[in-house]
Amino acid sequence: MADTLAPSSSPSTGGAHGPEQGTKRDFLKLVTGSFAVIGVGAIAWPFIASMNPAKDVLALASTDVDLSHIAEGQAVTVMWRGKPVFVRHRTPQEIEQARSVEVSSLRDPEADAARVQKAPWLIVVGVCTHLGCVPLGQKPTDPRGDYGGWFCPCHGSEYDTSGRIRRGPAPLNLVVPEYAFTSDTQIRIG
Amino acid sequence: MASGLHESSFANPVVRWIDQRMPIFTMIQKEYGTFPTPRNFNYFWNFGALAMINLVIMIATGVFLAMNYAAHTSLAFESVERIMRDVNYGWLIRYVHMNGASMFFIVVYIHIWRGLYYGSYKAPRELLWMLGVVIFILMMATAFMGYVLPWGQMSFWGATVITNLFSAIPLVGDSIVTLLWGGFSVDNPTLNRFFSLHYLLPFVIVGVVFLHVAALHITGSNNPLGIDPKGPQDTVPFHPYYTAKDSVGMIVYFIVFAFLVFFVPNYLGHPDNYIPANPLSTPAHIVPEWYFLPFYAILRAVPNKLGGVLMMFGAIAILFVLPWLDRSPVRSMRFRPIAKWLMLLWSANFLVLMWAGGRPAEGTYVLIARLCTAYYFAYFLVILPLLSKVERPLPLPESISRAVLRGGGPLRGAAAAKPMEKA
Repeated sequence: MADTLAPSSSPSTGGAHGPEQGTKRDFLKLVTGSFAVIGVGAIAWPFIASMNPAKDVLALASTDVDLSHIAEGQAVTVMWRGKPVFVRHRTPQEIEQARSVEVSSLRDPEADAARVQKAPWLIVVGVCTHLGCVPLGQKPTDPRGDYGGWFCPCHGSEYDTSGRIRRGPAPLNLVVPEYAFTSDTQIRIG
Repeated sequence: MASGLHESSFANPVVRWIDQRMPIFTMIQKEYGTFPTPRNFNYFWNFGALAMINLVIMIATGVFLAMNYAAHTSLAFESVERIMRDVNYGWLIRYVHMNGASMFFIVVYIHIWRGLYYGSYKAPRELLWMLGVVIFILMMATAFMGYVLPWGQMSFWGATVITNLFSAIPLVGDSIVTLLWGGFSVDNPTLNRFFSLHYLLPFVIVGVVFLHVAALHITGSNNPLGIDPKGPQDTVPFHPYYTAKDSVGMIVYFIVFAFLVFFVPNYLGHPDNYIPANPLSTPAHIVPEWYFLPFYAILRAVPNKLGGVLMMFGAIAILFVLPWLDRSPVRSMRFRPIAKWLMLLWSANFLVLMWAGGRPAEGTYVLIARLCTAYYFAYFLVILPLLSKVERPLPLPESISRAVLRGGGPLRGAAAAKPMEKA
């Protein structure tokens, strides 16, 4: 019972203890406090983890794309993890255009060869690296900016035929997602 | 001190700066630090704090469940299954929420029982008690609506039966039920509004709990002897004495809670609620969650639709007027030789009602439920008013410290010599 522990009924107990008892109290406070902090942390963990992608979300995290019916010069947009991915079948001129640029003059220097696995196929995430809009340029009627790639209508960023930033506020090139050719005409993104 | 600033006793400059402008630290110190609390609490006095913790757990788990729940008849069941199977630790959060509801009622029933046994409802704590009854009613409404959300068979048919209770109201009953449903049966509009209200009501409960605690801190706590503290020798500061004692209870509470969640998470539920709602087929044996069973038994004990509904709601509403039914000035049943046993009988009676409510409504079960219903009401309406007049209580101790400290305990100053202000 708590009452038997009370040495006095004074509302403040701190002053009544000697230094030795004070040390014991400090120890108990430290142990109790640490226990509480670890406990709360252990409880907080599953709550925070529950906000990360669930298993069904992760299960849909890769997308297969059939390239066989994308003609040269054509581009298609596929959904991958809730975002558009641009798959572009580049013409030889476009490849040439992308490869003739002096890499060191670029804002985000990256050689075209490092951004594609097979030269005709450019695969990039269609999200502007400025503030997340989807750039125009997939349809032949879309404005593609001065570099023949994509033009972001939100704040005027322009990308070239390798998806690299050439003009405007965006800091980085369009992201190349992780993908692999599962056959000559099939890729799996993610 | 600049004019308009609160005089703060805190030394830490940041704490002091805030405290001078908004004395929350002074308030916490006063209400939970030095707050003088009767020195003789037993473990029944843990359950208010436990209920508070439980409320916080329910809100926290509920907020995270709502992040993954879809309040639509075609999605609700599967979204709950997705929480169980796909969401990281979703099974844990849902099982804590589910069993948390049961734990909440266990804790609150013990808390209410404590109030009944030790006379915590009596003057000057009548309003405190009534606010508690309001919390209890809000809890039941919240629990009921929460149970509907998974949209299983028991959800659907529970919602149908409970909303149909209101059809017993003469003249406007059917219109009220249509209003509750937002249609002509329990359907998507019902589910949507239940979700909305299920999210709202816990915060209303938080508000009423605040009032409940505010009222408590005016009258001070009751205690197992039911007599008022007469001075500092009868009290101890809330911290560290009762923060420590509440922590002990809290650990036991968490052990029970964890046992339910990790070993028997579905023990207190119904398997039928893992069957998606089907408006064309009622499960053969439909009973509410265990915490509603005593009141469900009262409903079924009365062979009249309106009468049953009135008795059921009356069984809770009667608690509001309890402070005026029991006129005995002695709070604690320890000093009421007759009332004590009849109160314990009432407690057993409540458990029998709970058992009877879970049985089929036929034969002896109905008879038992009727006898228990009669005693439930007789205790409040006949026994307590009568005993207030005829019972001769045992002599009350002179003071808390006299009673709990053998040999009288340390008397401090003039406070100890203060005469008893009331019996």
